[in-house]
Amino acid sequence: MLQGLNAIQLRNNIRDGQITSREAVEWTLERIANLDPGIGAYLSVFADKAMDQARVVDAKIAAGKPVGPLAGMPIAIKDNMCYVEGLTTCGSKILANFKPPYNAHAVEKLLAADAVIVGKTNMDEFAMGSSTENSGLQKTVNPWDTSRVPGGSSGGSAAAMAAGMCFAALGTDTGGSIRQPASLCGIVGLKPTYGRISRYGLVAYGSSLDQIGPLTSCVEDAALLLGVLAGHDERDSTSVDERMAPVPDYLGELGKPIDELKIAIVPELIDKAEASVRDAAKAALELYKKFGATLVEVQMPHFDYSIAAYYVIATAEASSNLARYDGCHYGYRSPHAHDYIEVYSKSRAEGFGAEVKRRIMLGTFALSSGYYDAYYLKALKVRNLIRQDYTNAFAKADCLMMPVAPTTAFKLGEKTDDPLQMYLADVYTIAVNLAGVPGVSIPCGFDEKRLPIGLQIIGPAFSEDKLLRIGRMFESKTDYHKQRPTLQG
Amino acid sequence: MAAKVDYKVIVGLEIHVHLATRTKMFCGCELVYGGSPNSRVCPVCLGMPGSLPVMNKQAYEFAVLTAMALNCEIARFTKWDRKGYYYPDLPKNYQISQYDLPLSHDGFIEIPLEDGSIKRVGIIRAHLEEDAGKNTHELGNFSAVDLNRAGAPLLEIVTAPDMNSASEVRQMAQELQRIVRYLGISEADMQKGHMRFEPNVNLHINKDGQTYKTAICEIKNLNSFRAIERSVEYEVHRQLDEFLETGRTMQIGNKRTYGWDDVNQTTVLQREKEEAHDYRYFPEPDLVPVEMDEAWFEQIKSRLGELPLQKQKRFVGEYGLSNYDASVLTADKATAEYFEKVVQAGADAKRTCNLITQTGQKLANQNNTTVDKLGISPQNLAKLAQMADKGQISATAAAQIFEKMSQQNADPEQIAKADNLLQNSDAGAIEAIVDQVLAENVDAVQEIVSKGKKAGKAQGFLMGQVIQKSKGQANPKVVAEILSRKLAQISS
Ligand SMILES: [Zn+2]
Repeated sequence: MLQGLNAIQLRNNIRDGQITSREAVEWTLERIANLDPGIGAYLSVFADKAMDQARVVDAKIAAGKPVGPLAGMPIAIKDNMCYVEGLTTCGSKILANFKPPYNAHAVEKLLAADAVIVGKTNMDEFAMGSSTENSGLQKTVNPWDTSRVPGGSSGGSAAAMAAGMCFAALGTDTGGSIRQPASLCGIVGLKPTYGRISRYGLVAYGSSLDQIGPLTSCVEDAALLLGVLAGHDERDSTSVDERMAPVPDYLGELGKPIDELKIAIVPELIDKAEASVRDAAKAALELYKKFGATLVEVQMPHFDYSIAAYYVIATAEASSNLARYDGCHYGYRSPHAHDYIEVYSKSRAEGFGAEVKRRIMLGTFALSSGYYDAYYLKALKVRNLIRQDYTNAFAKADCLMMPVAPTTAFKLGEKTDDPLQMYLADVYTIAVNLAGVPGVSIPCGFDEKRLPIGLQIIGPAFSEDKLLRIGRMFESKTDYHKQRPTLQG
Repeated sequence: MAAKVDYKVIVGLEIHVHLATRTKMFCGCELVYGGSPNSRVCPVCLGMPGSLPVMNKQAYEFAVLTAMALNCEIARFTKWDRKGYYYPDLPKNYQISQYDLPLSHDGFIEIPLEDGSIKRVGIIRAHLEEDAGKNTHELGNFSAVDLNRAGAPLLEIVTAPDMNSASEVRQMAQELQRIVRYLGISEADMQKGHMRFEPNVNLHINKDGQTYKTAICEIKNLNSFRAIERSVEYEVHRQLDEFLETGRTMQIGNKRTYGWDDVNQTTVLQREKEEAHDYRYFPEPDLVPVEMDEAWFEQIKSRLGELPLQKQKRFVGEYGLSNYDASVLTADKATAEYFEKVVQAGADAKRTCNLITQTGQKLANQNNTTVDKLGISPQNLAKLAQMADKGQISATAAAQIFEKMSQQNADPEQIAKADNLLQNSDAGAIEAIVDQVLAENVDAVQEIVSKGKKAGKAQGFLMGQVIQKSKGQANPKVVAEILSRKLAQISS
């Protein structure tokens, strides 16, 4: 009944009284009950609470009262956003019992828009990873092939979307964590400009890189969600003043193609991807040419240094951000500690997983006296050069296009023993976070194993409206985004 | 140690001042002292996952204002840094502070010394940071943390090692207290921990033509000005003794931390070696840098007003007061301003000063307030001063009337009349009484004539007789004058 509907269609149906929110939520909960045991996307499901929320929306509609833009819509959120319902674990043992006393800004926005939060999704521990295999709590698989990873770190949100276990999901993107799983799961994933959506209540990984964004089944839904979430929040000093960057109506001109679109490309970057990905990207560019777009070849001379710079900056910030998980105030406390130093060392040793420990150590080292200049300061300089690369590219074109990930979904366990191989999964996405610009991943094809492939469209800061229009142009002539995996519940 | 050695005391101070802002440094929690443990907290000052700091603009302005008063260079661009260390009273396990770009640097403070001279002490830097909470160990088997204080705005001031005696250190602390109270940026009560002073003390000892430097020792737990002075004195002697006994001198990393034991009046070793702390400072990514434009700078500067030492100097020059009197009057801004209002209302400055510093401050202390809040209008106090000047009332009567005025703020003349405190200065009337007394006390007069100035007792007796006969209302000054003149006439 509801399968194949996108979020806007569902919202319209609920608003027009063709279906109740309760029915939509019940349908979703049933799907979760049937499918999620085989997928593992959700860490928690709020069945009763969701039904309560649905009833409230239904009552409003029945009474003819105005409802929000997400009226009655079942939405999933990544488990690193604070929500007073249930727990907020960040996929970590150290927060496995953590119940936040407040809602994240993004959660408040969803609730104010009359969305129904059905559950919280699995993720790489503290958003550190590209396959969701680093979750300390649960395994999540790719609905297209359950022997493969869904990508990460927002793998739970991407898998839930691809499996039709929600109508939209929120993820977070520090180095590709929305775009890469969206690509691997065949859905749309948008990482907005840094500062566009408040980070208040988002459990920090790399504070200067983290950004919340939507994972949806189409560009139109991404525009709807972004419109709800974007805007200044005085509780986040890094959220952008709307006088500097007003929030446009993302849906308003979404259907209008961009005339004389100029697309920047870095040919050697596209060629670095595996053949299926490379070919899909090239085919996508050909289609844009048919719309009248011109391709502009640009240089990104510092692109190759982005992974190195990222793993210094992100881990340095993480080493400090994660210092608070010490067993003293909340979260996991080791039962084996005898004094407060042991409360720290044992709680952290037992509570954090291997990848989190690796990154804390990396970051701690990078910030240590005597090494700060050589690592952290140098990484900041590289970051500026990468920003400059983007500025130069955007001086010549409206957007930059490249693959999202070098490969389609890889096998579970394939890269878990080789962190460097895993880090390379983000080679196309990381630089966007360093530059703070927006990027969107849209489905652009399938490989020979029928695994989805994503196309990445990157634009200047606060150009989300334009990026979405460019994405919509592609979507209007293709049906990759409408395809869904066959699932047995 | 009896050995005579020539040495110089070197002291620098690290100071923390709690700013009296409405809310905490980075969250909206109201800054109220007390309350049951962990009752004045929110997700931000608890360091909850996902919480973010937002700078308190009032705290920043208070800090800049203080830095201006300390003659510092004010940075037009500053940022925040994280200082990382693990301690249970620090919820995030990092403190938001300022590292390489403090909001101010390179200033000085002028301290009035007891001999009337002015000492200048350099200020290396002053920056803002958040306070930690408090660990308590009163619960037997485990410790508890109270985070009510966590996130309170703290101004850290670091002075140059320019103080050379324990009393200079104490006077520096007192002058800083006077300044921050003038600025209204802190209650600056040491007992309540609003101000914390940590002296860094060492000695430069000249011995056998060589200069030896003793290891720097930092003293903590000082909660009174007296403790500051006593602890530095103690530390100076301790270091001198230690040097003479062991020859131990300053080495890299042998800085030690002592705590002051107020009961036994000694310093107690807390940390032997300054641990090689690596705070892993890095720029706080959750906050944006602070940029100060000229308009904001000028707006803060306009609130600076006259500082206590300036005021003190002006009182000496403008009102002819002694340095001591001026310092007592200017110790508290409201009192100083009240003094000036009374003088402007027509009172003599010295007389007003005496009334305020003697009777007024005694009354104020009894009522736990300041002189200006005793309920006496400057006009009424000026009138009282004028009455005393004209000899209409005695000094004792003035004090009595002062006290009454504080209860009812009535016209001092009415009180004097009602209480029969007006004194007689009518020379003619007094002369008649003097003549009568001289006639009735021939023996005393004779004694004075023969013994001259040695007969002070007899003269006092005559004085008392006159006052008694006037029922206590004769102005003693006038009586003394007439009596002396009459006796001189008799003697010659
Ligand atoms: Zn607070």
